[in-house]
Amino acid sequence: MASHAESAGHHAEHPWYMNADGTRARLKDFLTSTNHKRVGILYGSAILTFFTVAVILGVLMRIQMLSPDSKFMTGQTYNAMFTLHGIIMIFMVVIPGIPTVFGNFFMPILIGGNDVSFPRLNLFSWYLYMLGALVALSSLVFGSGPVDTGWTFYVPYSLSSTVNAPLAVTGVFLLGMSSMVTGLNFVTTVHQHRAPGMTFGRLPLSVWGIYSTAWIQVLATPIIGITLLLIMVERIFGIGVFDASKGGDPILYQHLFWIYSHPAVYIMILPAMGIISDLFPVFSQKNIWGYKTIAFSSLAIASVGSLVWAHHMYVSGQSDTASILFSFLTFLVAVPSAIKIFNWVATMYKGSVKVDPPFLYALGFVALFSIGGLTGLVLGALSTDVHTHDTYFVVGHFHYVIFGGMGFGLFAAIHYWFPKMFGRTYNHKFATVAFIVLFVGFNVFYMTLLILGWAGMPRRYYSYLPKYTDLQVIATVGSWIMVSGLAMMAGNLVYGALRGKKATQNPWGGATLEWTLSSPPPLENWEEDHPPTITQGPYVFNGNGKHPAPGNGSSGEGAAAATGSPARRGSQKKGH
Amino acid sequence: MEMTVRDRKVFSRVGMWLFILSEILIFGGLFLLYSMYRAKHPADFHAGSMELSRFDGTLNTIVLLTSSLTAALAVYSMQELDKWKHTAWYLAATIACGFTFLVVKTFEWGAKFEHGLYPRAAVLDARPHGEILYFGLYFTMTGLHAFHVIIGMVVLAFVLNFVVRRKITHERNAILENGVLYWHLVDVIWIFLFPLFYLIS
Amino acid sequence: MTHSESHTRTHHLRYVGIWAALIALTILTVTTASLNVGRIGIIIVLAIAAAKSTLVLLWFMHLSTEKRLILKLLVPIALCVLAIFIGLTYTDVLYR
Repeated sequence: MASHAESAGHHAEHPWYMNADGTRARLKDFLTSTNHKRVGILYGSAILTFFTVAVILGVLMRIQMLSPDSKFMTGQTYNAMFTLHGIIMIFMVVIPGIPTVFGNFFMPILIGGNDVSFPRLNLFSWYLYMLGALVALSSLVFGSGPVDTGWTFYVPYSLSSTVNAPLAVTGVFLLGMSSMVTGLNFVTTVHQHRAPGMTFGRLPLSVWGIYSTAWIQVLATPIIGITLLLIMVERIFGIGVFDASKGGDPILYQHLFWIYSHPAVYIMILPAMGIISDLFPVFSQKNIWGYKTIAFSSLAIASVGSLVWAHHMYVSGQSDTASILFSFLTFLVAVPSAIKIFNWVATMYKGSVKVDPPFLYALGFVALFSIGGLTGLVLGALSTDVHTHDTYFVVGHFHYVIFGGMGFGLFAAIHYWFPKMFGRTYNHKFATVAFIVLFVGFNVFYMTLLILGWAGMPRRYYSYLPKYTDLQVIATVGSWIMVSGLAMMAGNLVYGALRGKKATQNPWGGATLEWTLSSPPPLENWEEDHPPTITQGPYVFNGNGKHPAPGNGSSGEGAAAATGSPARRGSQKKGH
Repeated sequence: MEMTVRDRKVFSRVGMWLFILSEILIFGGLFLLYSMYRAKHPADFHAGSMELSRFDGTLNTIVLLTSSLTAALAVYSMQELDKWKHTAWYLAATIACGFTFLVVKTFEWGAKFEHGLYPRAAVLDARPHGEILYFGLYFTMTGLHAFHVIIGMVVLAFVLNFVVRRKITHERNAILENGVLYWHLVDVIWIFLFPLFYLIS
Repeated sequence: MTHSESHTRTHHLRYVGIWAALIALTILTVTTASLNVGRIGIIIVLAIAAAKSTLVLLWFMHLSTEKRLILKLLVPIALCVLAIFIGLTYTDVLYR
């Protein structure tokens, strides 16, 4: 399709990292830009930094666990380590991760719009995020020392703990506000800014993922807001709602906390699942199997997933009635997730499958999330949960679903959209090697944690019985292999960004709208009065099952000819 | 795809309603705590409620309902009648009602403080658990609500300023409409707070 | 010109009428409370509060003339979600 190559040349004049006058955007241009792509990059830089910090905390924790009488750190320090590792990972990396980076950068493009509904609010959300992150991290250095309550801030300890709970709580409160603002922005954007012809039934599934997530962000985050506020009110005024000596019920704190924090894990996973749903069709060059089912399953996970929170509380002292009810609901919510997995695998059947790095991570996602999900069944069942609650089994479970799930989904998204965002390619072979190292290390590490937990090793302990030593050492070594894989992956990507060959416009043969823009895309996606017109669904390929030839830095004509190039646009780009 | 003023107004309204939703859920968490503790201590909650002044509560309810009327009329005057001066006066009246509400509230709280019925006071701590929780929730929920009243008054003051300086007009008045929506929310929350704290029979 | 497309001009007396209804309901609820009707008291006052809120939402906040379905559904959705949260939490608190 000739128009591809021409429009690619046109847009290459002013990619998003250049200003309209042709100068490279400096830091202050980013800090004041309301453009969704630049906001996405702001978030991306911050999140990658915080992720690195949290990984280092994790590595240090594993070093402590190399021997049962390790003097590497005190118990107090270890408590602070796992608390901050959790706070940073959960509130600064995993919850915002995909929505704020890829949702911001790509969602408006995927729906054929030019930006989000409230661009200034978007930039403001980043400042809120940074403020919250800095306040939370400042608890590491200021005042009485880093918070040690665990990221769950359970009462009564969070009420009496003499170390920096207030700072951490305030930081998380601000992070929650940022999340709510993003959710509000995205719901409005998906409703108001779709291009002509882009019905809800033609949205890419990654947008469905972001959209469902945005609803949870708006509806559930206020609950954590009030919960954190109540911790502060209790500490300062002693109103008594969580204080047993005044008739308060500490279990009600857990209810309020998990009413948000369980849906929060769906905030983490739904965007990742959405991206995986985009990847399977592209790398099978075949339409997704069961589009409507997957879209509805996202909504089903969002809604049913909001009803299962007390499965974190089976042994807390809550009533048996509640435990039975929540266990039943928990088993229900496994169904829509499983449906997605069946549909993804079915998409590959009779497709033309090419295992490029993004798809490698997608397959890794499926494997690791499945393991995590299955261990979730063990935790969801009452009897087995009594045995595994608060052990390493839980730690293994959530790292499989969060890291193996959301994390690998994030890595898949990075490898998939990297050429589009930066206009450069990375070394595929090296990326594959990095993946293998990461995948092996991941499983050595977390599978061992599952075994340790089943054998009775409690979580959040800085020491342990000598019989666990061998497995603890294996786990730590696994963590080193895993982190090496992460470092290799990161290094490969950085090298690609700086010195990689130029990317083609559509290196993977995708049929969604971002592949109709140049690599990298311009600041303004489409002209104000020339939005794309959508005439078909997001996964319609031209049927010859051919994947694009590996990009060699040319203008993209070869790639465009070989692939099912996006046939969705009906209107013309600028200059036509 | 040119975004018209009307388009922008529509999605600014959608955004505002989503924000209102999240505010409802913030109070919702507190209503959840209230529901649980009232179920556990029905008699104590009744006893606590008897200590409040139904007169003051009813007066404040009427004040806020009236302020909702004036706020709605402020929007009406701008959007339907194009009479910005009426809008300005109605907004001023709304803010005045808000101020009245806060004054009454101050007297109410003052009376409680004088009787030693405030968190961590010896008098309150000697009361049954249900009453301690009742007053704890009373101060937290009416306090958070009063905080929102103050924010609402500040927002409306800004809106009033824009109206007087003619930055809000018959054609462009989304800020007025959204600011008043926020005020109505504050009223709706009080509509529920009032019976739950003052009218426990 | 009007704030929603097919909006008929609402006479401002309608607003006053709604206000009068709200005041009447307030008097009703206060009276009911002093009657000591027992356990159904909470249901009655909550029902009246719901009625008052509905009036404010529909007429002062213009949901009755709102064309976008999503906006009309938002508050009912929020209240349903809250009701579910409270209901499920009751299964714990009431059955310990």
